[in-house]
Amino acid sequence: MSTTTEYTPKTTTGRIANFVDSRVGGSAMVKEFGRKIFPDHWSFMFGEVALYTFVLLLISGTFLTFFFDPTMTHVVYDGSYNPLKGIGMSAAYSSTLDISFDVRGGMFMRQVHHWSAILFVAAVSVHMLRVFFTGAFRKPRELNWVVGGVLLILAMAAGFTGYSLPDDLLSGNGLRIIDGVVKAIPVVGSYISLFLFGGEFPGTAVIGRLYALHIMIVPAIILLMVGIHLFMVVVHKHTQYPGPGRTNDNVVGFPVGPVYAAKAGGFFFIVFGIVAAISGLLTINPVWNYGPYDPSPVSAGTQPDWYIGFVDGALRLMPGMFGNFSFEWLIPFPWGTNTLSLNVLFPALVPAGIMFMIMFTWPWIESWITKDKREHHLLDRPRNAPFRTGMGVAGVISYCVMWAAASSDLIATHFLVSLNDVTYWLRVLFILGPILGFIVARRIALALQRKDREIVLHGRETGIIEMAPEGAFAERHEDLDAYKLHQLVNYEDRKVIPAQPNAAGHISRSEKNRGALSKFFFEDRVAPVTPSELAALKAEHGHGPAEVEGSSSDSIEK
Amino acid sequence: MKALSQRRRHPLAAVALLLMGLLITGGLYMAAGSVNEAKAATGYSASDIEQGEKLFVANCATCHGLNAEGTADGPSLIGVGAAAVDFQVGTGRMPMQMQGPQAQAKPVQFDDDQISQLSAFVASLGAGPAIPSDDVLDTSQGNSAAGGTVFRVNCAMCHNAAAAGGALTRGKFAPALAGVSEKHIYEAMITGPQNMPVFNESNISPDEKRDVITFLKEIESQGSPGGAKLGSLGPVAEGLFIWTAGLGIIIGFTIWLTSRPS
Repeated sequence: MSTTTEYTPKTTTGRIANFVDSRVGGSAMVKEFGRKIFPDHWSFMFGEVALYTFVLLLISGTFLTFFFDPTMTHVVYDGSYNPLKGIGMSAAYSSTLDISFDVRGGMFMRQVHHWSAILFVAAVSVHMLRVFFTGAFRKPRELNWVVGGVLLILAMAAGFTGYSLPDDLLSGNGLRIIDGVVKAIPVVGSYISLFLFGGEFPGTAVIGRLYALHIMIVPAIILLMVGIHLFMVVVHKHTQYPGPGRTNDNVVGFPVGPVYAAKAGGFFFIVFGIVAAISGLLTINPVWNYGPYDPSPVSAGTQPDWYIGFVDGALRLMPGMFGNFSFEWLIPFPWGTNTLSLNVLFPALVPAGIMFMIMFTWPWIESWITKDKREHHLLDRPRNAPFRTGMGVAGVISYCVMWAAASSDLIATHFLVSLNDVTYWLRVLFILGPILGFIVARRIALALQRKDREIVLHGRETGIIEMAPEGAFAERHEDLDAYKLHQLVNYEDRKVIPAQPNAAGHISRSEKNRGALSKFFFEDRVAPVTPSELAALKAEHGHGPAEVEGSSSDSIEK
Repeated sequence: MKALSQRRRHPLAAVALLLMGLLITGGLYMAAGSVNEAKAATGYSASDIEQGEKLFVANCATCHGLNAEGTADGPSLIGVGAAAVDFQVGTGRMPMQMQGPQAQAKPVQFDDDQISQLSAFVASLGAGPAIPSDDVLDTSQGNSAAGGTVFRVNCAMCHNAAAAGGALTRGKFAPALAGVSEKHIYEAMITGPQNMPVFNESNISPDEKRDVITFLKEIESQGSPGGAKLGSLGPVAEGLFIWTAGLGIIIGFTIWLTSRPS
């Protein structure tokens, strides 16, 4: 007994669509998800770039698996690249050369894969920097920040395992460093190395093992994490920059369907196009230049891909001796003497460890210092959170110093300076740079806040000089428009919160530390212009800023 | 035999024995050394040597001494051979512009005849490596794959696997090898200019040297199969490109996509 209210489509397409919809319930999903609002700002799109390059990696990577032979079987190369003809090498390297020179489109696909890989990690990093500097990691998004950090580590892992697969001289040197770091772990290091490489380095097993990680385990975990990440984005809704009508309770922007979906879909093809153009025009990782891996040669200018560069740089910065103090210790154990090579272990693990630890815990550190447990959906402009901007800049500088150290040899040859001097200066910068960076960045942020305050109170300088009837000269100042004004006065005013006694009336030690940190971070601050100040200004000049459309209501869709 | 054993305690026996030992080791050393030594100044006329000496005294003696015996500012040139002069002067490294971490290549200051005369003079001072014959420079007879292997094992740690050059300590560097002539590459290997070690003929045979030159010339002439090579500097150049140009283009598009008509 059919009901009369059932929708009966008139066209064939309509009938097919209705058939599917009535069984899958797609329209309900579109109705729900298609009305999600995403705010528009260029800085919000790096996450998308990361996602799209990851899709490119999956597509191009699948193509490469068709032709790549992940074994270290000894073969004699007989492909088209003449300078390696007749040379003994592993099947992995030989098949990489075949992909490059003898598989139709193989060179292009290899370069798409590698260029999108380094763009992927770059996009993830820039996305995280955006989230950090705008305070988007605050409640309720702390866990998503952690998932993002895990994704960064996974991206690096995916990159490094892939970088090692061709088994060329360059990647073999990279594995040799990993081997060295592993062996620097006291007592168990050599056993871990034997386990990883299935015997003495380089062995015959490692490429196959890295391959399993690279094409299966790591991408699967990345996909899972991406799923969780996007799910949480949908649950939390997107953050937005402050503006008239934008509150902590709403999201102002375009709905997914149709505007945002079209934009995002189009953006995928733009990213694809950019990567394809770069891959077609510029070579990346020319494995044929490096030759097959052989533990004896090490080429000059051997570096890892950029995302591992900071670890390599830390290794290059570390002195083996400091005056007469050696970082290599011999520790007598009952079973014999073990070497503790702190000159390797320390730079390889400590800077990266500290960096990731601070990164992962920063949302909690910040809310502990500020005692701010509220939800935040409005972003900070970086200048309006000078303490965080300063900390971020300090982190970026210490990363960049290590990064620069990884290319110390190229800095030396290209800027005609001594390699030793480059290392000495970078060591100094490694210590002083973050401190100076924190101070300078915080001062700049405070200065920009003061400038904003000045503009709000006195208007924009127009450059028009007027002469009064009595002969005085004055520059005309123009009032800000309401939107601009809103942006300049509406920001969170963080103040020092001194150590508070607990219920028993004691001030705990950790609370004292918190109070000291709060003082350090917030003692210098620039207060936003208050409504009463604005009102006083209005009364004085008789012309205040106009009322902002929609600013007093929550009429905009939530 | 008896006469010899009777005189074994003669006061001069020790001296005779020492003399014999020295002669044998010296002789063997000469024999071994001459394997690595190209023939001394042959084919140079007396007038070449004479002209060369004049050029030497006018241009080189300030640092190397009037008899090429060396001073505090420059090493002795006795025994360095014609190849060393041909390389150093022929690539413009000598005469040196100024003292520094190492002599830099610059526009060549002498013409071919003058270089040849200078070589003749220095070669006449003592036996040393001669200018290589055309036979060992003929890349059509070389094997680039074998040369590549030799290059990676012996040269790549300073000159980079793609011969793009690399840094050494305290401002010294190994130059890029593109555009260096076959003769100069060979001469550099046998004379070890600046900080480069000498690769003598028992270390890398003349045929292997020819293979290395063949390899270098082949990777230079084949161009870059994958597109612009970004200086063959490896991942640093690639990372720099993606962080500047790559992300720059992406940001340009994101700004375009999120802009709205005003």
